[in-house]
Amino acid sequence: MRITIRLFARLRDLAGSGELVRDVPGPATVQSVWRVLVNEMPALSEYERTMSVAVNADYARMSATVADGDEVAFLPPVSGG
Amino acid sequence: MGVPLVAIGAGELDLQALTAAVCASGSGDGAIAAFSGLVRDHNQGRRVEFLVYEAYEALALRTLVRIVDEARQAWPDTRLGVHHRIGRLEIGEASIIIVAASAHRSNAFAGCRYTIERVKQIVPIWKHEHFAGGDVWLEGATADPEDEAARQTAYKIACA
Repeated sequence: MRITIRLFARLRDLAGSGELVRDVPGPATVQSVWRVLVNEMPALSEYERTMSVAVNADYARMSATVADGDEVAFLPPVSGG
Repeated sequence: MGVPLVAIGAGELDLQALTAAVCASGSGDGAIAAFSGLVRDHNQGRRVEFLVYEAYEALALRTLVRIVDEARQAWPDTRLGVHHRIGRLEIGEASIIIVAASAHRSNAFAGCRYTIERVKQIVPIWKHEHFAGGDVWLEGATADPEDEAARQTAYKIACA
């Protein structure tokens, strides 16, 4: 199934793009989408312990299931304000 | 179309307009507290030249609404507005403005303080700092709105 991956801030810089579309074998979770991404770009793995994740612009856990057409976002620690 | 109470955008922030929007329905108000966060010219020993703010806008807006709801539950007589700016900001410009109106000053101050503490904890916005000699993405808290200990920390700071 097709997943849109959104990356922000330094994660976006490391990946060279803020939006990627990838085919992920189902059934899939946020964790399996992350694995696909890190296999492709190992440098991103440094964020595994500190990032947050979202599915369709709602905060989620790594164990959340994802469906065809979903948008999965990986977020470095935040620094707004 | 009036000024929204919660917003994210690239335009200059307008504290007067947000204050008017928050106070529009408040003849019982006895206090207004306002907070502006500014871009300062130094950070961790570096001479800052400007900042570029980036947001995951859809989630950032939702999270700001969540924070306003949390504050309303903690201080039911308090109403809040919060605007965050994104894009390039120069030294001295406001990156965030918060207005809290309440029957009593203690709740207005607390609502304001709670909101900025929670913004720094859970809103998906990032600062890209451009300083003399380089640039760096600033990274603070791992955002987790369900982290009750973090929420309690913000509440305690607000009530201190």
